[in-house]
Amino acid sequence: MDKMLTGYDAVAEAVKSCDPDVISAYPITPQTDIVEKLSEMVADGELTSEFIKVDSEFNAASTCIGASAAGARVFSATCSQGLKLMSEVLFTASGMRLPLVMAIANRSLSSPLSIWSDYTDTFAEKDGGMIQFYAEDVQEAMDNILMAYKVAEDREILLPALSCLDGFILTHVQEPVELYDEEDMKQFLPDRVPKYTLDPSNPVTMGAYTRPEYWAECKYMVQKALMKSKDKIGEAVEEFADVFDREYGLENNGLISTYKMEDAEVAIVSLGSVVGTIKNVIDEYRDKGEKVGLVKLRVYRPFPVHEINKALEDVEAVGVMEKHVPSGHQAGVAIDTKSALYSTGKRIPVLDFLVGLAGRDVARDNIRNVIEKTKDVKGKDPKEIGFDGEEHWEPLRTEILPEGI
Amino acid sequence: MMVKDPYKDLKLTVGAVVEPCTSLINKTGGWREFKPVIDHETCIACGRCETFCPDMAVKEVEEDRYEFDLDYCKGCEICAEECPVDAIKMVKEAK
Amino acid sequence: MAAEDKFRHEEDLFCPGHRACPGCGAAIACKLVTEATGPNTIMAMPTGCMEVTTTPFPESAWGISWIHNVFENAAAIAAGFETAYKAFSKRGKEGYMDYDDVNFVAMGGDGATFDIGIRSLSGMLERGHDVLYICYDNEAYMNTGIQRSGSTPLGASTTTSPSGKVSFGEDVHKKDMPRIVAAHGVEYVATANIAYPNDFQDKIEKALEIEGPKYIQVFAPCPRGWRNEARDVVKIGRLGVETALHPIYEMENGEITEVQKIKERKPVEEYLKLQGRFKHLFKMEGGEEIIQEIQRVADRNAEIFGLDE
Repeated sequence: MDKMLTGYDAVAEAVKSCDPDVISAYPITPQTDIVEKLSEMVADGELTSEFIKVDSEFNAASTCIGASAAGARVFSATCSQGLKLMSEVLFTASGMRLPLVMAIANRSLSSPLSIWSDYTDTFAEKDGGMIQFYAEDVQEAMDNILMAYKVAEDREILLPALSCLDGFILTHVQEPVELYDEEDMKQFLPDRVPKYTLDPSNPVTMGAYTRPEYWAECKYMVQKALMKSKDKIGEAVEEFADVFDREYGLENNGLISTYKMEDAEVAIVSLGSVVGTIKNVIDEYRDKGEKVGLVKLRVYRPFPVHEINKALEDVEAVGVMEKHVPSGHQAGVAIDTKSALYSTGKRIPVLDFLVGLAGRDVARDNIRNVIEKTKDVKGKDPKEIGFDGEEHWEPLRTEILPEGI
Repeated sequence: MMVKDPYKDLKLTVGAVVEPCTSLINKTGGWREFKPVIDHETCIACGRCETFCPDMAVKEVEEDRYEFDLDYCKGCEICAEECPVDAIKMVKEAK
Repeated sequence: MAAEDKFRHEEDLFCPGHRACPGCGAAIACKLVTEATGPNTIMAMPTGCMEVTTTPFPESAWGISWIHNVFENAAAIAAGFETAYKAFSKRGKEGYMDYDDVNFVAMGGDGATFDIGIRSLSGMLERGHDVLYICYDNEAYMNTGIQRSGSTPLGASTTTSPSGKVSFGEDVHKKDMPRIVAAHGVEYVATANIAYPNDFQDKIEKALEIEGPKYIQVFAPCPRGWRNEARDVVKIGRLGVETALHPIYEMENGEITEVQKIKERKPVEEYLKLQGRFKHLFKMEGGEEIIQEIQRVADRNAEIFGLDE
């Protein structure tokens, strides 16, 4: 069922196939077109979900939480400031163990205001107890929605899950995608069976407050669920491959996938749409006989520690490319990669390349720079590079920076 | 009625969900300094005490007979204040 | 009957053992609400006195289906579960009660309703959800220790609007929340008072018959925050009505349709003098002017609502 669809229409199609009971969403560039498409589908009777035209993202998430507590399958979409605004309640959804799935059209967090893409919005939510999927292309963003529901609604998991796709770069391009057969959907994603519901015939109290003697253990249970979701994601990609015949990191629990890593000496670790271009540059290097490979993160939380360590086992230098901004330390993926490696005893240089911020184009030249700089530190002890030496803004327009910065 | 004890063999539920009416284990009668005493002769069984009790601690236990559940009465005295015939007196609790 | 059975607490939808202060007006309101709504009810409650005193894990005073999420979104949580049930009924989902048979209720304090939760409330109202929103009004953020809210009346001393050498306490008038709600085009808006429980419960029953959003604001004195004797809680509620400071009325489609008239209006001093939060007005220089201003509010209410018999 191949169709040429824009990313936003494709995501809407995936949501339609998952058939949520309640959709609750608010406009924000560049996600707006997703909810507009869903509104159209509802208006035409194509989609029978109840659509709540909320007053803010805060209430998009709040109404989803109320509906999820009642046992509904719910959906929302947002990014950037909208995600920040609903952050308070998203964190409560994980504590209350209420599944909800959202599409995030990744966009910079203000200030300054930017409507273009990077992961400063979703990375800021990394402590919220939600599962985060990232997509290389539109098809993957769609498929991640199906898998997000499957894992989030699993009664052993019961957490919010995000399907992230680069704003504009993926949402507003046209790509050929496959839609979902109804019978396949029924097989892969049956109706939600909630654990507890708001049901007058069987009343319970949800959202009680806890005193110090209970709170830690409640959070321990959330951590265990997040860690367990790694295996559940692994099961989901296996079943997905069976039903839909598309594979995502099957050898790695669906958490990462590797590209030309078999004998790689230098590895790029990255995620999202930029991965496509990285693969092209890696092919260039491989053609010249250079041993470079790519580790693509499909899931950022829970962080795929074991899978990354396995992939980087024989690597001599790592260049992380991430659309994130360090804030008084280093950026997310670099910190997390280093902390993963720490438990292996492996001491290799890990450089942090901040790329593509606010939708800035990541050209092949930028990627070549990343690879060259990473090659340069092969065999060096991280002590020689120094902590400050690991951070690279690729590129940094020094000519516009004022004196003294 | 057996009062359910939610603390016995307590195990956390997913999402800290709580069973209904488990507050009954908490006998707030211990908060009182003064306890209400009804003069059943004077009482006209109007039910105002039951209506205004914030703690459901006074009920019509038989037709036209109201009694206080001293397990939960906090001694707020609203019943004594609102009784139209002054049938309720507050008496200091014996130690 | 066994000794414990005679109090039939198994029938209570709002159970004893909760940790509200002795004489809590809001607790009386909760009891009256659950009696009127009955068991086929789902209630959302925001953070506040009633939420905290009724649900310390693993205890819950609620016999109805109940959810708390955060401080400012009870109306949106209710809108969410109301919509879920609508979806279930429309789609013929099994295992759920019918949408028409469930009462969808949100009940929160004045802080959560007038101030921090006004956004969620406004959205719920304008979208027309079938939710009854009840505000228990004790005129301050009581749970966090008596801080002023948009509902705090002129002259009241709270911890963030304390009376002092150069202060009379709260320096602005109370927000007219019922009118704000009515401006959303809400069919039924009413004020009520725990001192008039039958009227309050009648209004709840009437509201539940209406489809769409409805709002009842119930005056619920707080002995701790207002610094009055616990036993005077209902009496103070009554005086609030009898002085015309807290008129009881119904507003249907924006028009006042029903008011509770006052036989013999009492001067506001009789209401104020029972409460520690106003006692500075009787002592300090210039306090007299504030009391006169409060009397003007009462007089104006009597005029607007036609309260004097």
